[in-house]
Amino acid sequence: MSKMLEIRNLRAEVDNKQILKGLNLEIGAGEIHAIMGPNGAGKSTLSYVLSGKPGYTVTDGSARFMGKDLLAMEPHERAAAGLFLGFQYPVEIAGVSNLHFLRAAANAQRKTRGEEELSAGEFIKIASKEAKALGINPEMLKRPVNVGFSGGEKKRNEMMQMAVLQPKLAILDETDSGLDIDALRIVSESINRVMRRPDRSVLLITHYQRLLDHVKPDFVHVLVKGQIVRSGGAELALELEREGYGELVA
Amino acid sequence: MSETKNEAALEALARNDRYEWGFSSAVDQEFAPKGLNEDIVRFISAKKGEPEWMLEWRLEAYKRWLEMEMPHWAKLKLPEIDYQDAYYYAAPKAKPKIESLDEIDPEIRKTYEKLGIPIEEQKVLAGVSGAREVAVDAVFDSVSVATTFREKLQEVGVIFLSISEAIKTYPELVKRYLGRVVPVRDNYFSALNSAVFSDGTFVYIPEGVRCPMELSTYFRINAANTGQFERTLIVADKGAYVSYLEGCTAPQRDENQLHAAVVEIFVHEEAEVRYSTVQNWYPGDENGKGGIYNFVTKRALCDGARSKVSWTQVETGSAITWKYPSCILKGEESVGEFYSVALTNNYQQADTGTKMIHIGKNSRSTIISKGISAGHSDNTYRGLVKVGGAAENVRNFTRCDSLLIGDKCGAHTVPYIEVRNPSAKVEHEATTSKISDDELFYARQRGLNEDEAVALIVNGFARDVLQKLPMEFAIEAQKLLGISLEGAVG
Ligand SMILES: Nc1ncnc2c1ncn2[C@@H]1O[C@H](COP(=O)(O)OP(=O)(O)OP(=O)(O)O)[C@@H](O)[C@H]1O
Ligand SMILES: [Mg+2]
Repeated sequence: MSKMLEIRNLRAEVDNKQILKGLNLEIGAGEIHAIMGPNGAGKSTLSYVLSGKPGYTVTDGSARFMGKDLLAMEPHERAAAGLFLGFQYPVEIAGVSNLHFLRAAANAQRKTRGEEELSAGEFIKIASKEAKALGINPEMLKRPVNVGFSGGEKKRNEMMQMAVLQPKLAILDETDSGLDIDALRIVSESINRVMRRPDRSVLLITHYQRLLDHVKPDFVHVLVKGQIVRSGGAELALELEREGYGELVA
Repeated sequence: MSETKNEAALEALARNDRYEWGFSSAVDQEFAPKGLNEDIVRFISAKKGEPEWMLEWRLEAYKRWLEMEMPHWAKLKLPEIDYQDAYYYAAPKAKPKIESLDEIDPEIRKTYEKLGIPIEEQKVLAGVSGAREVAVDAVFDSVSVATTFREKLQEVGVIFLSISEAIKTYPELVKRYLGRVVPVRDNYFSALNSAVFSDGTFVYIPEGVRCPMELSTYFRINAANTGQFERTLIVADKGAYVSYLEGCTAPQRDENQLHAAVVEIFVHEEAEVRYSTVQNWYPGDENGKGGIYNFVTKRALCDGARSKVSWTQVETGSAITWKYPSCILKGEESVGEFYSVALTNNYQQADTGTKMIHIGKNSRSTIISKGISAGHSDNTYRGLVKVGGAAENVRNFTRCDSLLIGDKCGAHTVPYIEVRNPSAKVEHEATTSKISDDELFYARQRGLNEDEAVALIVNGFARDVLQKLPMEFAIEAQKLLGISLEGAVG
């Protein structure tokens, strides 16, 4: 069986600046991986390269997603194949309601996969259920995407989108930052509920152990200067929390 | 060699896809001789079997037109138009008078079916919840070919028929109002239209009547080299209400075609008229070849106290658009509204906006304009807010937003404000923004392809205006904005 994600010797640059410098990473189905590392190490860059953001140029290496050449796919094809990126900074879209956006996304993915679209009724049922699970006020579904949302609300909204879209691989970029204590618990629960399944995988990008208390990773990696410099189990995060990056960043 | 031919064919196909309404129909037609002179004016009038007074009116207008010059103040690169090189009258060669809807030429019927326009008496867009009955006047080239729901409307006293019939059936009404709001010599194109208009729609809503359904006119230019000059006259008597929709499409042709319509709306005391347009004339191809020249004069007179007019327009078509739906707010506490989305792509040029002329005390107006420019196009909002000396406590709010897609297009906002009464409160807000890469990527990451992402963001930008449209039209307009921008990014 092929891996969920296989990254080999990935090198990528943005504005002619080399950020990823030969990165290797394998994620198996059913696994939860965490990536930690100092500011500016290239964690968000990795998430953008994997999701196909324009402006990020791959200069070497490969990335395969469930056996397919990920880097050859358009961003929307990657999404339809099951790749979800929880943004570190979710984007505001004026004049487009949250509900409309999410339905457009869900149906666009279905269209790309050759599946039938969801009716308005079916969709609203699913969306309301997920909103409730995340403690999102139904009124917020009618508001324009992320416009005027608080930092924590934006992150919850990302989780709501993930829950509705049901991806195979979720890359969650600092989804825990900006969350209050209760929200952290609610968000963690939804990650576990939606993604902890034998056919799904998560790549958590985080700075703090507290998220990992709730969403227990199978593997932890340290990304420094565009490379994975150390990997280990859940205990590695605890060690980093105690001792800092120390030697690793030198 | 054959390779390039193939490519050209494929390209044409791709183009065809973008302008879905670009087909032409094989309908047997009758033309007036090419060119414009007094005899042509007489020819048109005779063809329509018009009374003498109407012919006199036309001939007077023709004389005025000869004395006038084409206006050049708009920010448009206007080509020389050879007015002698066009046909001024084209009519389907069917029976002169159609007794029932079943007698419509099948080719014409097919045309409207292809366009999705119901010329049967049926509910529009079956399957859309809340779809209402809409009465339709279908104008094919210069002639009205069908008007639906006439009897049902007559029961409540609403008159809805082609203007040529109205001239014969209700001469007093037409005489009383024609040219009252847009005088013959108002401008070059209104004079031209007055001389040669061939058909259009007449609506009269009697005192106290709320029109029981939406009324609509669908204009279709089919014949080549033919100018289209419709005349629409809407009268809302005291306390009446009507919502009126106008849609337009044309085949894809390499030559430019002239369209110079006049719409006049007369609104009595406490009456309200909502006029919505989705203008989708053929815009020309990627290189700016072909397309309709759209020079339109639309004006409403809020004559009575507390009368109200709102213009909502979605302009995606035409090579050149020159259009300023306006309100003369004469009645006390009268209200004028203008909601506009104007989208230009490729080499389209649009110079559009409104005039709010405040004469009555406590009159109010709102202007919301959303301009979207892509490709090499040029998009100008031009608006006048004028407050007369006797108009106390006038309020106006204007908001103009421009959205740029790419860096080869232009967006311009030209507001004119003339205030002669110090009690007036006039506000103007304007913004210009570019479609953001982050927004596009966010939408694409969630599964939308590039065109869908652009359409979604543009629809969000235009939302304040789109939601003013009747629902069926709003859905149509949303799709249209997306289709008109396909391939605009990237
Ligand atoms: N457009 C750009 N031009 C030049 N450098 C850039 C550009 N975008 C990002 N960078 C740099 O790339 C490096 C990696 O950035 P990235 O956002 O991936 O870091 P990160 O690991 O996610 O950091 P943090 O923990 O602060 O979120 C940083 O040094 C950043 O300044
Ligand atoms: Mg980051």
